[in-house]
Amino acid sequence: MSGESVSFWILALVSVFASIMMIVSKNPVRSALNLVITFLCVAGFYILLSAQFLAAVQIIVYAGAIMVLFLFVIMLLNLGAPEALIEKGSLQKPVAVGLGIFFVVLIISSQAILSLPQAVGRPSVTQYQGTVEAIGLSLFDPRQPWLFPFEITSILLLVAVIGAIVMAKRKV
Amino acid sequence: MAITTQHYLILSAILFTIGVIGVLIKRNPIVIFMCIELMLNAVNLSFVALGRHYGQINGQMYVIFALAVAAAEVSVGLGIIVAIFRSRETIDINEVNLMKF
Repeated sequence: MSGESVSFWILALVSVFASIMMIVSKNPVRSALNLVITFLCVAGFYILLSAQFLAAVQIIVYAGAIMVLFLFVIMLLNLGAPEALIEKGSLQKPVAVGLGIFFVVLIISSQAILSLPQAVGRPSVTQYQGTVEAIGLSLFDPRQPWLFPFEITSILLLVAVIGAIVMAKRKV
Repeated sequence: MAITTQHYLILSAILFTIGVIGVLIKRNPIVIFMCIELMLNAVNLSFVALGRHYGQINGQMYVIFALAVAAAEVSVGLGIIVAIFRSRETIDINEVNLMKF
């Protein structure tokens, strides 16, 4: 087995296990820490897929900023106690798990995954594709369609900042 | 056995499904948000894998924008949760049914 397959299988096992532990554990703080492990594994997958810049951004934004926000809100609302929100035994859980297994079987057995069409023509050199240089050149290239969405993203973030402040304010 | 794009797509499907199950069975909206983040990550993974499969950089571009949208969504959603907790003293997803019907 090559190094790539060894890393892939280790990361896959760890990420699936951590995500299952995330939805199984009762304590939201434990869920958040398991989600951090999953995010780090996804960053490892990005490195395996030669998307180095995305791996760094994944760790900084997801495992750093977003998870700090989650943990901050959990601690602020004091939901750390496991008995705060206890799920009652009902039909909801087995039905959800059964539908989920049906869903994943449906996706895996789909024609799009089983017979993935190959690339038309020669793919360009891929190992330099995930660097900051390549992504920046593609992002700010006027011939590519990414410049305008990039500018719109700034407005989206501005609206999110204003919305978060308005939501969290005590009284208008 | 070499790792192909199908492996990544199947793993992405599994992670997405775990996120869907979490959204269906959890009653804590913060954990539901985490499951949504997991689903976004699974889709991002399949974007990057398919982008490498076709030798294109566009998959990684989509991931960058999805990441920005996810950051905005989390900040606003957690603000809404804090506001609901302030006004109702609970965030149990079955109690907060203001917009249900």
